[in-house]
Amino acid sequence: MSSSVDTIRDLAAQDYKWGFVTEIDEDRVPKGLNEDIVRLISARKGEPEFMLEWRLNALRHWFQMEREQGEPKWANVTFPPIDYQNIVYYSAPKQKPSLDSLNQVDPELLKTYAKLGIPIDEQKRLSNVAVDAVFDSVSVATTFKDKLGEMGVIFCSFSEAVQKHPDLIKKYLGTVVPHTDNFYAALNAAVFTDGSFVYVPKGVRCPMELSTYFRINAAETGQFERTLIVADEGASVSYLEGCTAPIRDTNQLHAAVVELIALDDAQIKYSTVQNWYPGDKEGRGGIYNFVTKRGKCLGRNSKISWTQVETGSAITWKYPSCILQGDNSVGEFYSVALTNNRQQADTGTKMIHIGKNTRSTIVSKGISAGFGQNTYRGQVKILKGATGARNYTQCDSLLIGDKCGAHTFPYIDVRNGSARMEHEASTSKIGEDQLFYLRQRGIKTEDAVSMIVNGFCKTVFKELPMEFAVEAQKLLGVSLEGSVG
Amino acid sequence: MALLEIQDLHASVDGHEILKGVNLTINAGEVHSIMGPNGSGKSTLAAVLARRDAYQVTGGRILFNGKDLLEMDPEEAACEGVFLAFQYPVEIPGIGNAYFLRSAMNAVRKYRGEDELDAMDFLPLYKERMKLLEMDDKLMNRSVNEGFSGGEKKRNEILQLSMLEPKLAILDETDSGLDIDALRIVAQGVNAMRSPDRAFLVITHYQRLLDYIKPDFVHVLVDGKIERSGGPELALELEEKGYVRAEAEVQQALPA
Repeated sequence: MSSSVDTIRDLAAQDYKWGFVTEIDEDRVPKGLNEDIVRLISARKGEPEFMLEWRLNALRHWFQMEREQGEPKWANVTFPPIDYQNIVYYSAPKQKPSLDSLNQVDPELLKTYAKLGIPIDEQKRLSNVAVDAVFDSVSVATTFKDKLGEMGVIFCSFSEAVQKHPDLIKKYLGTVVPHTDNFYAALNAAVFTDGSFVYVPKGVRCPMELSTYFRINAAETGQFERTLIVADEGASVSYLEGCTAPIRDTNQLHAAVVELIALDDAQIKYSTVQNWYPGDKEGRGGIYNFVTKRGKCLGRNSKISWTQVETGSAITWKYPSCILQGDNSVGEFYSVALTNNRQQADTGTKMIHIGKNTRSTIVSKGISAGFGQNTYRGQVKILKGATGARNYTQCDSLLIGDKCGAHTFPYIDVRNGSARMEHEASTSKIGEDQLFYLRQRGIKTEDAVSMIVNGFCKTVFKELPMEFAVEAQKLLGVSLEGSVG
Repeated sequence: MALLEIQDLHASVDGHEILKGVNLTINAGEVHSIMGPNGSGKSTLAAVLARRDAYQVTGGRILFNGKDLLEMDPEEAACEGVFLAFQYPVEIPGIGNAYFLRSAMNAVRKYRGEDELDAMDFLPLYKERMKLLEMDDKLMNRSVNEGFSGGEKKRNEILQLSMLEPKLAILDETDSGLDIDALRIVAQGVNAMRSPDRAFLVITHYQRLLDYIKPDFVHVLVDGKIERSGGPELALELEEKGYVRAEAEVQQALPA
């Protein structure tokens, strides 16, 4: 028995393969956070006045929050205090990022993306994925822009959207996640440097997957990007997001905000494979991934679906949520979160039912290995007017080894008697008997663990776009490799 | 050379000695049956042969095909040709039965330096074997053993046996929980696998299974030791008299 536990432990200890650093000149602002820094960021980006005002407003609010209560303390994670004055809030590859042609992008950057397997090269048209790549603070390239443009789909860096589509930005920015929402959202609103913007016009089904690839490269920087996706009436879009970072022994902060807006009959599918550097076996270094993601089903019959595979980061704090405002709107949350070694995750969702006959589905799969701590935290709220609302929640935890933990905090708040709620939860240990069964048939322990874990996650993986599902399976295998040996 | 040679095997679980000096030799082509009362160590013997971690071998040795079996991991033993049909096959949610079996076959083939089977090679064989075992098509893509009835689980074990083609197949109380029709089908599956280069070790509590799978040798395991060995007639005698009486008579027959 003990040897199989050892094996599992070894399998859980696995090297991070995306930890290289790219040597590239950076243009960075001095460390620290104050109004001057925010003005500097806004100036570097040549932003219009309304953006600067918006940022300063958020910054003032953040300072007030910091004075009064500081960081949110309710999450089931622990970390030493963060010195927000010791972070560089803007770092960009030194070279004017060209948004028109890849030829003007630093070849070192292109090499980095090639190493990461990102199809940034437009010649790879067959992959049928349009990519926006964000390196440290700045978007370096957006592919397939012209092709999408023909259909009226706007897919560009946030900075570009501020310049070219200020009306859309003004109309929607901060309407789902206002800067007052939480500590990190306020911080992001003040200092966010880039991100992606998507607008899909009325009745258009976006013909390809849109994708953003985030990479933190520079040391001592934080990454604060902001994504805004608007699907107009009858539109639909599927969006993918991937993340990696180099191995560094200090923690780095990533505080992103994602806002989704679906109008009548619109659909947005948002998939994340998060593989930020998780820190080493003893818990040194790694990314603090404090992210606010929320979608608003503003229109009737709209649908927003979140799928996330979270394998990286030292600490994950994120709750991709849906506000189901339009009647008959649908919210979905499918999640796989893996914590290994000293990783901590407190993740889940909020489903806020406002409209009539709104429906939500939550499927959460938590996997803990090593000394990992994995928490599911989810809220389902049925407001008074949400007649006929329905929620189904399934929340499963899998433990690998005997030093890790799984925790579940469901909050259910129902104010309309016609609501129908279902909640299922389970916790299981990866069974010695399951493992032995597979090994007795000749399957190596590592492969057996990976098969069992993938089997456990299957209902979530099938929600991912095909190529991503394969990627996610591999990633899960790699993240667990060495935990059994 | 014998296929399997067990010499003075001692094994314990959680510090309790279960096997107290087992000796057994099995040649290729032979079918051996191990019978014995509950708690005599039958399943422990099967688990040790399959190299299950929780069972500690405290003495003796086992040679399989001339190699030291006790040096092997479960997966190595499996790849060398040891197959255990489980008494209680586990369910593994989310892993398709066909996918699992193909992965297992390919693991074994890889170990032996053979090419891996792709889905096109695998599927026809899988379907054909399922048909022989009268298994329902609907089980084909279900997760391993999930939602299978007791009988379906046992048939699934024999299906795996027939696909993996081991050198030594150990059946651990495969007859338990089977009705007479299922028993006949399972036995047919096993009999179809009998060959001069394959041996079987059939562990059972009841003689009933041996009506269908005729053994060459029957051994009686009592309190961790093989007390008697004989031909198929020994099984009949045990059935008639029960383990206790049969044992008592043996004891009486011994010189004082």
